[in-house]
Amino acid sequence: MAEEQKTAPVQTRKDYTSDQGVRWCPGCGDYAILAQTQKTFPTFGRKKEDFVFISGIGCSSRFPYYMDTYGFHTIHGRATAIASGVKLANPDLSVWVVTGDGDGLSIGGNHTIHLMRRNMDINILLFNNRIYGLTKGQYSPTSELGKVTKSTPMGSLDRPFNPPALALGADSTFVARTLDRETKHLQSMISRCYEHKGGTFLEIYQNCNIFNDGAFFKYTEKDTKAQSVLWLENGQPMMFGAEKEFGIRLNGNVPEVIEIGDKWTPDDVLVHDETDFVLASMLASFTSNDDFPEPIGVLYSVDAPSYDEMLIDQIDGATEKMGKGELDSLLNAGDTWVVE
Amino acid sequence: MSKNFEQKDRVVIRFAGDSGDGMQLTGTRFTETSALFGNDLATLPDFPAEIRAPAGSLAGVSAFQLQFSSQDIHTPGDEPDVLIAMNPAALKVHLEDLPKGGYLIVNENAFTKKNLKFAGYEENPLEDGSLDSYSLFSIKMSEMVKHSCEGLDLTPKLVDRTKNFFALGVCFWMFDRPLDPTIKFLEKKFGKRPELVEANTKALNAGFNYGETAEIFTTRFKVDKAELPPGKYRNVTGNLATCIGLAAAAEKSDIPLFYGGYPITPASDILHQLAAWRNFGIKTFQAEDEIAGIASAIGAAFAGNLAVTASSGPGIALKGEALGLAVIAELPLVIVNVQRGGPSTGLPTKTEQSDLFQAMYGRNGDAPIPIIAAQTPGDCFYAAYEASMIAVKYRTPVILLTDGYLANGSEPWKIPDVDSLETFSANYMKNSNGDSFQPYERDKETLARPWAIPGTPELEHRIGGLEKEDITGNVSYDPVNHHTMTVMRAEKTANIVKHIPDTPVYGESGGDLLILTWGGTYGAARSAAETLLDDSMKIGHCHLRWVNPLPKDLGEILIKFKNILIPEINYGQLIKMIRAEYLVDAKGLNLVRGRPYSAGEIVHAAKELV
Repeated sequence: MAEEQKTAPVQTRKDYTSDQGVRWCPGCGDYAILAQTQKTFPTFGRKKEDFVFISGIGCSSRFPYYMDTYGFHTIHGRATAIASGVKLANPDLSVWVVTGDGDGLSIGGNHTIHLMRRNMDINILLFNNRIYGLTKGQYSPTSELGKVTKSTPMGSLDRPFNPPALALGADSTFVARTLDRETKHLQSMISRCYEHKGGTFLEIYQNCNIFNDGAFFKYTEKDTKAQSVLWLENGQPMMFGAEKEFGIRLNGNVPEVIEIGDKWTPDDVLVHDETDFVLASMLASFTSNDDFPEPIGVLYSVDAPSYDEMLIDQIDGATEKMGKGELDSLLNAGDTWVVE
Repeated sequence: MSKNFEQKDRVVIRFAGDSGDGMQLTGTRFTETSALFGNDLATLPDFPAEIRAPAGSLAGVSAFQLQFSSQDIHTPGDEPDVLIAMNPAALKVHLEDLPKGGYLIVNENAFTKKNLKFAGYEENPLEDGSLDSYSLFSIKMSEMVKHSCEGLDLTPKLVDRTKNFFALGVCFWMFDRPLDPTIKFLEKKFGKRPELVEANTKALNAGFNYGETAEIFTTRFKVDKAELPPGKYRNVTGNLATCIGLAAAAEKSDIPLFYGGYPITPASDILHQLAAWRNFGIKTFQAEDEIAGIASAIGAAFAGNLAVTASSGPGIALKGEALGLAVIAELPLVIVNVQRGGPSTGLPTKTEQSDLFQAMYGRNGDAPIPIIAAQTPGDCFYAAYEASMIAVKYRTPVILLTDGYLANGSEPWKIPDVDSLETFSANYMKNSNGDSFQPYERDKETLARPWAIPGTPELEHRIGGLEKEDITGNVSYDPVNHHTMTVMRAEKTANIVKHIPDTPVYGESGGDLLILTWGGTYGAARSAAETLLDDSMKIGHCHLRWVNPLPKDLGEILIKFKNILIPEINYGQLIKMIRAEYLVDAKGLNLVRGRPYSAGEIVHAAKELV
């Protein structure tokens, strides 16, 4: 997408702020995500009218109303499919889908995986709060097994989706994760999504302070964060802990956590390579896994032709080979005869 | 032996055989040849939903009927004059439709013990005298093609497959049709396998020569060219005509065409056809499901394309929620429903008109959508064009109803002059001239809202499925506003009546009976009306293309007749709308059999009523 950048006057956060009052619950993680998005977009140097935000239904899906760009708040689960039509109709647009764990992985799961499979050049921001907020607190497809909610008073029986693993399984060319409370990281991940040519999947851990407060505190609060989060950086060893005293190594083909010291040195630690699918799959498997830190950052990023780009190529190729279609020849095609 | 030519005005032929016998191809070849010859014609393909039911079974029988004529005709004909039955199962299924004395041509070699038993015959009907009342021509077609293909490097199975071209050759001889177009067709179709071209050509010739030399046929028939309005013609199926109509609308309006859809019988051919026209800049998207099909189309409409989705009843059901979104978002969108037998999966390959209520009411909330229904295969072109024009002009989804009979049936179609098509344009909103942009401010005449597409500077705005505030388009839960917007949406659809021309009434403009029809029942009803008028009955035929809104003059037409008969292939849908709207005591003809009405059935119902 970067190569399609158009010159635009210097923009500020205000340029991306609509006149509509924001109506999320006070303290909701969505505020932070909105703020970081509005701060990051001016840095792209792109004309504002080229951005389109498409959402489905759910708390997160109100997002487009607050961005002063083109926006479409659609129906439950279908944002990804609607976004596909927007992108195919006009591939010059920068298309963003804002969805949640219910909208994007439950009712809209089918469209989400197919969007990623096709590598449609669309950016998915999946706000994952592991709960249904707008319908007031039922468990979601990312809620942990045994979750007690209004609809599961005796605990949920569903095993949760692992979103990055799902994205990798669907052959997404860009899979990343960030947190609502990590403003700088969130900004950098949004930028990475913008820069990536092809489809992107960014899971954003987002706190729902009303129905699932603290779901991600382990990764955001001071006392637990350092030993619970693995900050991924391409080309860097996978180390974590307050003093970077821990690392990930492969024992045969099984990952394990090691402590740097007498037995292990930083040289024993695995180095992150965003283009390595096997590595990315391994990192995805750390999700909510008590034996490992939570991977945050870009898990996977590779280049591949996007669907929208190939469609245009096909049209260009057909036009070159068959000539630009003429209505008259279309009407008069096939066997014809004349009645005098 | 001398063979006399007997002059006929019209002939109905039905080709019937096993799914693997190539009956659809045979019928299509006869159709194309007759069209090129200059006959008027109408066709009715009738095939099973199963790709290959067990060979020789009743379930696996596939048929193709066509009527060709030297006159203007409207239907594929009621009863066949000639039935070609390629095996006992085909005979079993179709013989009851053949009138006594009708021509019956069978492949004698297929009447084996096994096939007879499979079809439920205890005795061979070719031998037990049960077919004595028909003009039976029992021909050993399989044996004939074995001889004609002698020396060719082909397996016996492939040789046997050419027998449909033998049967076609016999028919070409009977009705004095040229072989050349079919030979050219074979060369094109099997160009890479010359042995197949040769084998089928030999079979075709053998059939023709068999008619010429065998002593069994005494008569040949001549069906002269039809007196059609002057012009250039081609033969089109309804699905093809729909595609040409959509492409023409896109070209004339200069709005790029986007098609999002999911394969479903009998609508898939629309996707296939449009996908082949990439050089027109047409974008087709085979989505992951029906919902994504319409959702992508709505997205494309938001981004400024002439967006289309097509499906059949079950698929339209899945699209219902998205249709509501298109209504509230007030975006141009064309939704084609090629109706088939329902409910549920129903009768996938059979025709029906039972989705009118679905089109009218199949959404949550008060969600009106204009509906146009095509009346003949060729009319699908005009209906698709008109649907596109209204969608763009009024910024609304429009449902185009066709059906399996129109979609797969064909007729000679007078090719329209490009310049004669009404022009229309996108009229995208350009800029706000410094004023703040109001996405729901309306055009006074059409009540359409502006089409401001992403990429246009200064017009950034948000729309969505939540109720809109009048003019601003902001989210609004205000009760008065909701009422205003509900009325606005209803009025916007009703307002399209301005576009609908006066309704022509065929026959008498008042009298004993009005036959009122919509959709694919047009042809049978028009033929019936011709018959009834010939009998000096005081009847009229009125056909609706726009079903929502109903034409403004319809009420005045209805009150001029003592009786109203509404034949439709459903259990009573238009009739309820008419009774509710006009408080008239209309009577229905409602036979729901997965096949079109015959003209005779409508004549009968009309006579019963008067």
